[in-house]
Amino acid sequence: MKLLFNYLIFPGFLFSACAGLLAGWVDRKVTARLQWRVGPPWYQNFADVVKLFAKETILPEGAKATFLMSPYLGLLSASLVAMILGLSLQSATGFGGDLIVVLYLLVVPAIALIVGAASSGNPLASVGASREMKLVLGYELPFILAIICIIIKSGGSIALSSILNAQHIAGSYIASWSGVLAFIACILCMQAKLCLVPFDMSEAEQEIMGGALIEYSGLPLAIFKLTKAVLLYTVPLFLVVLFLGKDTSPIFLILKYIGILVVIILIKNTNPRLRIDQALRFFWGPVTVLALIAVVLALLGL
Amino acid sequence: MDLKTKALIKSLWVFHAATSPCNNCDIEVLDLLTPRHDVERFGIILVGSVRHADVLLVTGVPNYKTAERIKKLYEQAPKPCFVVAIGNCACGRIMFQDSYNSPCPVDEIIPVHLYVPGCPPKPEAMIAGVVKLLEKLSGK
Repeated sequence: MKLLFNYLIFPGFLFSACAGLLAGWVDRKVTARLQWRVGPPWYQNFADVVKLFAKETILPEGAKATFLMSPYLGLLSASLVAMILGLSLQSATGFGGDLIVVLYLLVVPAIALIVGAASSGNPLASVGASREMKLVLGYELPFILAIICIIIKSGGSIALSSILNAQHIAGSYIASWSGVLAFIACILCMQAKLCLVPFDMSEAEQEIMGGALIEYSGLPLAIFKLTKAVLLYTVPLFLVVLFLGKDTSPIFLILKYIGILVVIILIKNTNPRLRIDQALRFFWGPVTVLALIAVVLALLGL
Repeated sequence: MDLKTKALIKSLWVFHAATSPCNNCDIEVLDLLTPRHDVERFGIILVGSVRHADVLLVTGVPNYKTAERIKKLYEQAPKPCFVVAIGNCACGRIMFQDSYNSPCPVDEIIPVHLYVPGCPPKPEAMIAGVVKLLEKLSGK
């Protein structure tokens, strides 16, 4: 019963979705202010989602059953990550190897998007799906390397609670050379994981008209928007746990989260969209080298 | 007013369907998104796919080719979907009404909920029109 509450309400789905939708509003508002516009009111993203819930759902001709199932798959796994992270921060409960589970679960929303787009039978959606697939291949390598760096620093531990404990004692991992390098690599990978500019080529609105989401309408589209909101809450929180875990009292957590959100918005607003080949070259080139250097430095104990 | 309508009038997503216009209206439509008019403060954004749209923004006189397309587009949009005819051409095809390649105005193909006349209409006129549409939706 408590587990169900944790999954559906507090650190899990409802809380993370609300926090993510609010963070999405901050993103839109700051973007608008940067362009000298007024920007939407704070409840804008909530209104969008509620409106989409009430709209008609259209099933395109030739769509497979996975078309309607994949949005739920993404949302379920994203909320599960939110629950695991929330519990490990809240009461240091967890299980051995939950870091690996989180890593796997964070890929599932991207896979859900690929599966949904591929089963919609739209050529532009399949272009979006193939781009998303290449992007996943691109950013997973440096992301996992950066996390290996963390695992080395915490003495081979793959449990979130023990990583947090080690940081409580020895200070945040970002306060070291290898930590800084791995953090930068992680920030760039996070931008791609959240599908934000400059790595939003799978949903390029101006170019392939919404890409992977082109055939989605009504409820499934709302579920995808919610997945996005949950991820916007979860992935920065994951970085906070891995790199900035010294002080995890609520006020510091919120401040650290806002700090990472500011970085995301800054990157988003100062960069144009990359082509998929540029993004792939970027992730397998400089970012992977950065993460590798971080791993080597971590092995040397720096 | 129930929650459904309340959310709908706060978040209208617009799909821009150009049925062979002279692009004058389209430029004025794009003006709405610039900092001076900024319709995003009312939750109005342009979307790329008609499946996401709440409003179909029609400009221009439909000819034999685009008349079929606009009908298809309207059928592809998830309901409730509102149609806004922007400009004199879309409202009543003014000087093109005897033209050889113009079969009928927009409102004989699909139901039009709002007419914004003008050649081209000013962005302010379009905002005033949208406000009227929202008032109608919220039952005032």
